[in-house]
Amino acid sequence: MSSKGNSGTIVFALVVTTLSAALLAAAATILKPAQDENVLKEKQQNILSLVGLNGPNDYKKFDQLVQGLVIDQEGQQVQGVEALALDLALEKKMNTKNPAYKVRYPMYVYRDPSGRTTYLLQVAGTGLWGPIWGYLALNEDGNTLRSAIFDHKGETPGLGAEINTDAFEQQFINKKLLNEQGDFVSVKVEKGKHDASMPHAVDAISGGTITSNGVSKMLEQDLACYLKYIRQQSTQSLPL
Amino acid sequence: MSDVLVQSPVEKKPLLGKKERKLITDPLSDNNPVTIQVLGICSALAVTTQMKPTMVMALSVTAVVALSNLVISLMRNAIPPRIRIIVQLTVVSVLVILVDQILKAYMYDISKQLSVFVGLIITNCIVMGRLEAYAMGNKPFPSLLDGLGNGFGYGAVILTVAFFRELLGSGKLFGFKVIPDALYEAGYVNNGLMMIPAGALFVVACYIWVQRSFAKHLEEKE
Repeated sequence: MSSKGNSGTIVFALVVTTLSAALLAAAATILKPAQDENVLKEKQQNILSLVGLNGPNDYKKFDQLVQGLVIDQEGQQVQGVEALALDLALEKKMNTKNPAYKVRYPMYVYRDPSGRTTYLLQVAGTGLWGPIWGYLALNEDGNTLRSAIFDHKGETPGLGAEINTDAFEQQFINKKLLNEQGDFVSVKVEKGKHDASMPHAVDAISGGTITSNGVSKMLEQDLACYLKYIRQQSTQSLPL
Repeated sequence: MSDVLVQSPVEKKPLLGKKERKLITDPLSDNNPVTIQVLGICSALAVTTQMKPTMVMALSVTAVVALSNLVISLMRNAIPPRIRIIVQLTVVSVLVILVDQILKAYMYDISKQLSVFVGLIITNCIVMGRLEAYAMGNKPFPSLLDGLGNGFGYGAVILTVAFFRELLGSGKLFGFKVIPDALYEAGYVNNGLMMIPAGALFVVACYIWVQRSFAKHLEEKE
């Protein structure tokens, strides 16, 4: 190997890094559409699976199966924004930076063949290591949860990461958001044994306290905003 | 795979002579990167609960180690010795990021299962080991073969481990149920140990045990 001076070394390093950067930039640009499509598809499949639409091709009919709409945190419908394109985590971040910013929430309305309406809601928050998020199906009464899905970016496997297991998610089925007086109390993830007699709480994950608290917090925050909208709808008439 | 290569057209000098074939076959047995050199163990424990992601991981590592061997070998006379490690690392990182991006675009489910472990190929000792030990001092074609051989050697071990872990841990192979329900009704249960990384250690240990009992010359002399 020829011995090189400092200038030769620096030129070599520059050439290698420039070429690498160009190659990676090209690859990222070319592959982005396919990657975005995968993410969108996963989101659509998640939302549809809340109401039991698990068929491999159901997501292609997403726009026919559900109606997307966007509301703000005061429960007012926002026009001109597509629900699927909205990044809820980003919306909430903007709000933390600037409290005057109104968080916009995406929601989807599903009507099953019998004419029953289900609201499909998206929630986002933070766990121990990073973002956590979820999708919830809320019955027409604006009170009873039909199903829930959670996921996370990088919670600890076996501890916080358990929020995306069936065992955890199924606990939310038939839980109530309102107390007997009709006030919003949300569903809390708490320590201890919980059963059907406790409509506002589910079992926390041992060793995953901070993630569990994150779930409680995001449910309380986000569902309150959705309920503002849903209550308006039910006092007027049925939506759609 | 090596059989296919052996049959490729022969010109003046055989494309794959005895020496070249040895480059491919050696890492499969007598110089296996995982069981003999004990490199790349970390990912062998982490990704081997199921056959399908393991297969993708094996192919990804093979692609990275073969291509980085080729690229580094092509550049070997131009690389300033003082920055050779960082240059190797740059080449490996570029290839790994490419693999990761391609998986995200075309094999999204598997890319989610493999999560960080694709990125961690960068730190897989097999890759850097081959670059330093072989590609820096050999011509491009033998380097490519050496990379392929080591990739296959790694793949052979992790696929074997995944075979036993998926079979004993969840009663499936490639996601299909192979252990009949009747057996479960008779009281058979899946082995939970196989689902956790520690299970892979036992399988790798048994692999090494079997390998050494067949290849006595690998044993250290007293």
